[in-house]
Amino acid sequence: MIVSIASGKGGTGKTTVATSFALATKNSQLIDCDVEEPNAHIFLKPRREKRVTVSIPIPKVDLTKCNFCGKCAQICAYNALAVLNDRVLVFPHLCHGCGGCSLLCMQKAINEVDKKIGIVEIGKANGVAFVHGILNIGEVMAPPLVRAVKQNINTSKTVIIDAPPGTSCPVIEAIKGSDFCILVTEPTPFGLNDLLLAVEVVRKMKIPFGVVVNRADLGDRKVDTYCEEENIPVLMRIPFDREIAMSYSKGIPLVTAQPIYYRKFTNMFEIIKNHVCVYSSKGNLELVD
Amino acid sequence: MKQITVISGKGGTGKTVLTASFAALAKNACIVDCDVDAADLHLLLHPKIRERHVFRSGKTARIDKRICTECGDCIDVCRFRAISGGFDVDPISCEGCTICSLVCPSQAIAMEENQSGEWYISQTKYGHFVHARLGIAEENSGKLVMKIRQAAQEMAERDRLEHVIIDGPPGIGCPVIASLSGVDLALIVTEPTMSGIHDMKRVADVAAHFSVPTKVIVNKYDINLRNTKAIENICQRRHIEVLARLPFSEKVVQSMVRGLPVVKFCSDGIAHEIADLWQTVALCLTTDQTQRG
Repeated sequence: MIVSIASGKGGTGKTTVATSFALATKNSQLIDCDVEEPNAHIFLKPRREKRVTVSIPIPKVDLTKCNFCGKCAQICAYNALAVLNDRVLVFPHLCHGCGGCSLLCMQKAINEVDKKIGIVEIGKANGVAFVHGILNIGEVMAPPLVRAVKQNINTSKTVIIDAPPGTSCPVIEAIKGSDFCILVTEPTPFGLNDLLLAVEVVRKMKIPFGVVVNRADLGDRKVDTYCEEENIPVLMRIPFDREIAMSYSKGIPLVTAQPIYYRKFTNMFEIIKNHVCVYSSKGNLELVD
Repeated sequence: MKQITVISGKGGTGKTVLTASFAALAKNACIVDCDVDAADLHLLLHPKIRERHVFRSGKTARIDKRICTECGDCIDVCRFRAISGGFDVDPISCEGCTICSLVCPSQAIAMEENQSGEWYISQTKYGHFVHARLGIAEENSGKLVMKIRQAAQEMAERDRLEHVIIDGPPGIGCPVIASLSGVDLALIVTEPTMSGIHDMKRVADVAAHFSVPTKVIVNKYDINLRNTKAIENICQRRHIEVLARLPFSEKVVQSMVRGLPVVKFCSDGIAHEIADLWQTVALCLTTDQTQRG
């Protein structure tokens, strides 16, 4: 089973939930897909076993073969190539690595070379199998690195994916293929606004989902009202507590700081497992309580 | 005219809360919300939309099954695995590279333009506001950010405004780089947590990579004083000035619930400190402190 943890808004507690969920679940694997700002390792402190460099293919033009016909620039949907009289300019940060230019060059003048975009690290932490990706500074292409991170998914384990914030391509790439998605929010107008966006995403992707309300006693009641009206299961509430904030600030997982949460996370796992069973047998999106 | 971008690396450190207060304090500014996939600033500024523009970007392949001979060439060339064995295109995986349509021997594949979002020029109590909404699961947020920044810049030049204040997205990727490029000052809002520190360092690296002058604000500094000290030490080593330490305050959440910038919700404590901070920021921008080295 693959469970992803997402939220429209940043800083609502995705990593708090993901790391404690992984620690409380037997035979789990944590995949940190927030390659721009990976934080799960701060809490799990994994022992690194392997590090792999990730690259995307970008074009390299052999000027001795090129006849400057301009076809590559014309077909490139991302404007990553420009052909001048005697030169071809390549803009690597615009290239998506589709391979079209080298495939369609009549002169066979384009080869592909690797451009490093980041690394993937694999390790272990307290019985949790751990994988994360780190995007290079100044790099714009997060989705291919997210794909590389996810190639390490081990489906014989309970896979927990920590997704980046937002609703655009890196998030989609991260949560794609999940059996269930936990949306973490907070009961504030920002939290609610961004929860609505995140719900649109998971509904569009037809992934069953539930909500965790963090800092549940701050703000107002509108997130609860919304979830009731939409029949969205609230899986857990974590109150605002200076002690929780303090241990978070030190990089201590919630279940380690407050072991009472151990049970709450194992209960949540059972609820999700049942939902996923019901979902796959009924084949529709709406969850039953 | 000077441009400031508020960023953080980590989400939820207080970018939007600060930007909204700066908007209320600045006398002569245009405000931009560049967090186009989870925009929140409008919840505090209550804009009246004056202009609405469609943002089109990118294309998606569509296979005409009446013409398709199921030869499979499209599946072979697609590196994004967007075409299924049954010759259906997954619009979420398709990155619009158009190569399938070019290799199809029966011309059965058309590329359709996406409507990826909308952007708006609005009026608020505190001045012009440019914002956007990226469609769900769309890409090219960087392009949309460039678009709204350009609109704001043109407006600021036309109306001789003093500041363009930009609320940036979290992370360090494409929309963050688009929000940062060419601005006069990057204000990093961080918090004294291990995650906050880790993410601040990465986003400061990005700002340095693009040669953007950078200053730091430690929000909720009293959550962990040792980490606050650590942030100050890191900044000192990197020659980045820490402009302010702001305390944790329940007034922030209360003002958000009321839909107000915190400086309009109360006038003491945190509001007072943010007002002082804005004075400092404005001063930084008028002196040569942000000149590129």
